[in-house]
Amino acid sequence: MENLNSYLIVSAILFSIGTIGVLSRKNAIVIFMCIELMLNAVNLTFVALSRHLGNLDGQVFVFFVMTVAAAEAAVGLALMIAFYNNKESIDVEDVNLMKW
Amino acid sequence: MFDNVWLIPLFPLIGFLINGLFGKKIKNEAIIGGIGTLAIFLSFLVSCGILMQMIGLPPEQRVFEKVVFPWIHSGNFKADMAFLLDPLSCVMIMVVTGVGSLIHLYSIGYMHGEEGFYRFFAYLNLFCMSMLLLVLGSNMLVMFIGWEGVGLCSYLLIGYYFHKKSAGDAAKKAFVMNRVGDFGFLIGLFTLFWWFGSNHNIWTINFVEIKAASHLLPYGGVVTIATLCFFVGATGKSAQIPLFTWLPDAMEGPTPVSALIHAATMVTAGVYMIGRMSFVFIKSPETMLVIAVVGAATAIFAATIGTAQNDIKRVLAYSTVSQLGFMFLAMGVGAFSAGIFHLMTHAFFKACLFLGSGSVIHAMHHALHHGHLHDDPQDMRNMGGLRKALPITFLTFFVSTIAIAGIPGFSGFFSKDEILWQAFANPYHGSVNIVLWGTGAIAACFTAFYMFRLVFMTFFGECRINPKVKGYLHESPLVITIPLMVLGFLAVVGGYIGMPKLMGMLPNYFEHWLDPVFELANEYGSKYAHSGAHHSHALEWGLMGMSVVIAVIGITIALTMYVQNTKLPSAFVSAFPALHRAVYNKWYIDELYDFVFVNPCKAFGRFLWKGFDVLIVDGVVNGVANVVMGFSGIFRYMQSGLIYNYAWSMAFGVVVILGYYVFK
Repeated sequence: MENLNSYLIVSAILFSIGTIGVLSRKNAIVIFMCIELMLNAVNLTFVALSRHLGNLDGQVFVFFVMTVAAAEAAVGLALMIAFYNNKESIDVEDVNLMKW
Repeated sequence: MFDNVWLIPLFPLIGFLINGLFGKKIKNEAIIGGIGTLAIFLSFLVSCGILMQMIGLPPEQRVFEKVVFPWIHSGNFKADMAFLLDPLSCVMIMVVTGVGSLIHLYSIGYMHGEEGFYRFFAYLNLFCMSMLLLVLGSNMLVMFIGWEGVGLCSYLLIGYYFHKKSAGDAAKKAFVMNRVGDFGFLIGLFTLFWWFGSNHNIWTINFVEIKAASHLLPYGGVVTIATLCFFVGATGKSAQIPLFTWLPDAMEGPTPVSALIHAATMVTAGVYMIGRMSFVFIKSPETMLVIAVVGAATAIFAATIGTAQNDIKRVLAYSTVSQLGFMFLAMGVGAFSAGIFHLMTHAFFKACLFLGSGSVIHAMHHALHHGHLHDDPQDMRNMGGLRKALPITFLTFFVSTIAIAGIPGFSGFFSKDEILWQAFANPYHGSVNIVLWGTGAIAACFTAFYMFRLVFMTFFGECRINPKVKGYLHESPLVITIPLMVLGFLAVVGGYIGMPKLMGMLPNYFEHWLDPVFELANEYGSKYAHSGAHHSHALEWGLMGMSVVIAVIGITIALTMYVQNTKLPSAFVSAFPALHRAVYNKWYIDELYDFVFVNPCKAFGRFLWKGFDVLIVDGVVNGVANVVMGFSGIFRYMQSGLIYNYAWSMAFGVVVILGYYVFK
């Protein structure tokens, strides 16, 4: 645990992968997983810094994030099923009702 | 009575409103025609009352201005809806309402069964109202309302048979040519107004005030410009060279319209306007010369065309143009009262001639209709020998023809001879006088010729109408013949109120009557008149005799050519085919105007349409739209509505901002 930097670098790499995944993929489930990836990258940062600073607040935050992520997974999957029922697709480019 | 002058234009206005608004519902021709005729007849009665009262006044008090309501008051400038009564406007309202009433009465018979009967009477009443405004207006703006109003009614009535293309074209032609003249009128009005205002701080367009201030006007100069502009207006309205070609085409309108508007009243508005402003016109010797020359030229020019036309109404139309030329000749040589006198006698005999031709056309039309023939009822080559079938029409027509031809004892002689004498003896134009007189005299000869040609072709000789329908020719009903008889009577006796002094039997009432109006003009004129131009009575008698001889020569030629030796005209035509063709085609003036003005105008219009409007105006409008569309086509990608596009740009922005902080 001496090298905080390597944790943060891994976390940044994970976050970037997640971001690029969100932006470039069309499949809603993949995008969803990428978001999870980003959240977990943030969690990793929280934990690493918490340990580094000797302060438990960061770890408490991680629990909150995981709770939100779980709730998000439930709601998100429900949305996707509802959408698939209508369009027979979970491609985000087909979510274009509001588009001109 | 003078205070009631506003009633004169009001009655026809009421008639117009009733017939115009409810005529379609009324349907009954007797009621519609009755309302129309009654309206103008009531005006006639009021006019008579005014005339009586004016006769009772001493000459110097015969000016009365009635302000009906204040109209435009702005600073020093004032223009009221006001009427001016003086001997001149009195003559005019008597002619307009008197002849107008007779023509309204006639129209009841003539227009019987026409579609739009109510429309006809509504327009006719509107016309009378406008004409009365024109002659009664005490300032130029009221006069201009009337001036434009009669132009409008002329347009509406020429185009009465609007389903005929030729009628619509003729109406448009009349309107456009009148607009050219009206433009001149307006410029003249502005010039005079501006000059008085800027030089003497007299901002007025009131005739009485202008007259009072007219001693300030210079001779020539700005007055020449203003009066020439006014004269352009007069040429448009009164069908003089160069704006005369609309009048013959105006014969597309019903015949009573030709009689009322295009012979007796509206076309004389230009003459009246010059008379009304004689004290301005006389101050420009140049304008006076222009008027005299244009008048004389029009007189002879139109008269020559009249000799070769076969349509009975066209002959009369060119005759009207020619007679109006005589009136302008009179105005141009400073013989204002002679011009107005000819205006009046011309109103009588020309209205009678037109109504007579209407009666002939009416009879021809019915006869041809019976036989289901499609011959032209207005073509004199189909007529001939009608005097037996139409005795009253013939008699009145013949009397009026004698009057216009200038046979002594009839009205036309007195007025025309007075004009010719003044053209010869006036002190204004020096050596041009003899040319003016000569032109006028030859035109008078042509007048006698073509009028008797018309009478001989129509009423004498063999009946050339299809023999099948000859028996159906019959005299028109009383409602048509009564106006004819009244006008025929006036055509005979109307001249005696203006008998030349020379004859000594009666004083020249008419000239004395108008003296107060033209006194000032004569006074101004004497400033530059040539002195010592005193002509002996013998000369005047001699010229009078000469104009009679000239008339008789014209009649004799007509008699020889169209009664005694009917082969002569065709022999003449084959001897001079080019001359005949030129005269028959009206000296190709219409073609010339088409070439010089109309076609370039059309081409220019087409250029403005295809070149300017379509390419430039539409191009700019559409171009702006296209540019906007092009840009929005690009910028719309900024707002695609797709979340990941926004997310991309957000991420990009975050990277840039972070990068800035990291690497700064």
